[in-house]
Amino acid sequence: MIPSELPGLTITELQKLLRAREVSPREVLLALQERIETVDPQIDAYLSRDLDAALAAADAVDVSLPLGGIPIAVKDAISVRDQPCTCASKILRNYRALFDATAIAKLRAAGAILFGKTNLDEFAMGSSTENSSIKSTRNPWDPGRVPGGSSGGSAAAVAADEAIASLGSDTGGSIRQPASLCGVVGLKPTYGRVSRYGLVAFASSLEQIGPLTKTVQDTALLLSAMAGVDPHDSTSLAAPVPDYGAGLEKDLRGVRLGLPREYLSDGIDPAVRSALQAAVAQFSSLGAEIIEVSLPHTSYSIDTYYIIATAEASANLARFDGVRYGYRAENPQSMLDHYSRTRAEGFGAEVKRRIILGTYVLSSGYYDAYYLRAQKTRTLIRQDFSHAFAQVDALLSPTAPEPAFKIGERLADPLRMYLADIFTTAASLAGICAISIPCGFAKTSEGTELPLGLQIMGKALEEARILQIAHAFEQSTEWHRRRPAL
Amino acid sequence: MSSPDLDVAYVARLARLDLSAEETALFQKQLAQVLEHAVRLREVNLEGIEAAAHAWPIFDVLREDEIRPGLTQEEALRNAPRTAQDLFIVPKVVE
Repeated sequence: MIPSELPGLTITELQKLLRAREVSPREVLLALQERIETVDPQIDAYLSRDLDAALAAADAVDVSLPLGGIPIAVKDAISVRDQPCTCASKILRNYRALFDATAIAKLRAAGAILFGKTNLDEFAMGSSTENSSIKSTRNPWDPGRVPGGSSGGSAAAVAADEAIASLGSDTGGSIRQPASLCGVVGLKPTYGRVSRYGLVAFASSLEQIGPLTKTVQDTALLLSAMAGVDPHDSTSLAAPVPDYGAGLEKDLRGVRLGLPREYLSDGIDPAVRSALQAAVAQFSSLGAEIIEVSLPHTSYSIDTYYIIATAEASANLARFDGVRYGYRAENPQSMLDHYSRTRAEGFGAEVKRRIILGTYVLSSGYYDAYYLRAQKTRTLIRQDFSHAFAQVDALLSPTAPEPAFKIGERLADPLRMYLADIFTTAASLAGICAISIPCGFAKTSEGTELPLGLQIMGKALEEARILQIAHAFEQSTEWHRRRPAL
Repeated sequence: MSSPDLDVAYVARLARLDLSAEETALFQKQLAQVLEHAVRLREVNLEGIEAAAHAWPIFDVLREDEIRPGLTQEEALRNAPRTAQDLFIVPKVVE
């Protein structure tokens, strides 16, 4: 194997070479570094890298561990000890993490090498990675287009073979939507399956850390290493962690897949619709039974999500006061002036918009009309899924209503940007697990091919089931093997 | 639940955000659109429906009340914008 081919490998492929001592973890890192130096000027997926620390870890690692010697890129909202954790915000520009997030500590214990941090929308607020205060990441399939967001750097790095695999976080679609737009696999675990300790908080009742990888099997490997209860996160679930890779090869005979009719509304791109129809036909040929179901409150999920997520964000981001960490405004005239200018100068436009919306929906006189109403609607959205899962094992939908859009196109129109999450927010509100896998391509008017994603949603804690379904589809199609020309 | 009720300048003061006049006007317009879209939530029949504060109803997660290691003083101060004599320095709050 020549070094330049190493960055294109999956975790599983790399593991075999490492364990056979055909390559060393150091050689893998150096090959990855070379690839990043060549490609990242076009993509801008990374915010920081610490090669020296990574090489020291690589030289000491036991390659027989589950992820021994495998480099993993990490979204810059997840704490990796002694590395920057900027959340792509000016307010955390000089911040360095003092501890490892639990997910990171578990990956480290499994032998993974944490070598770099990837770009995101500031504080994970956005669907295009354009809200980063540092730079915009470009889609490896078409550098004029966005990679999706908020985990756009993590998705683009994997798609461009600048990472073997990466971690993102998903609040309303922030792993699944960029996975779809970049043509990689992305999983949002069940709420509580992976500890949130060390993930900088945006919307605490919704967000989860999850993997972005080149194959479903790699996602299963990372989830097996990260999942589990954590005394540092009281919302983490105590359910036992299975070996998620163990049941992947089971066939789909007798599996019941639901097609929610509300997800095939008029607003979706024709290429997205036909890719979904082709995927449904593929599942039928694999022996699955397709059943039409209804999730009647689907159309309320975007509004419910943006009320609840911004309300939680306004409270979580109150901690940025310019006293204990982060940016501080110069020459304050008073304590109030210190707070107000520190926050006005430190936060970008989208973060300010969401803090204002969140403060408003929680404020006296509007709490019942917005926040309480949204929480009750959330109950109905959860019930929709319980009813559907009484009939089927998993649900199929597009991940995003359209392929990657052009950089700059939506920045001035927040509402239109929010609608990019139309198919992903419901699963977040219900706390269930959902995965996006490559399922086809759309051709643009300029002749460029852009990847499309299929979303498979499963019952809470049934990650093993949706991984099995996703793996069967992936192994019977070629979509995941395509790579952008870079 | 009508969006004109949103007074961005007032809410920004509550949220401790010193917005410029341009930002205030822009957010007023953009957030009015977001709130107008959310008006559809009024259609939902919520009679007898309980609010969901979390995806999972988990209650009373307790741990042993025991001493555990935390940040050292040096670590706690390491990311602070201004420190002196092992303390955070803040603007004067009393005259």
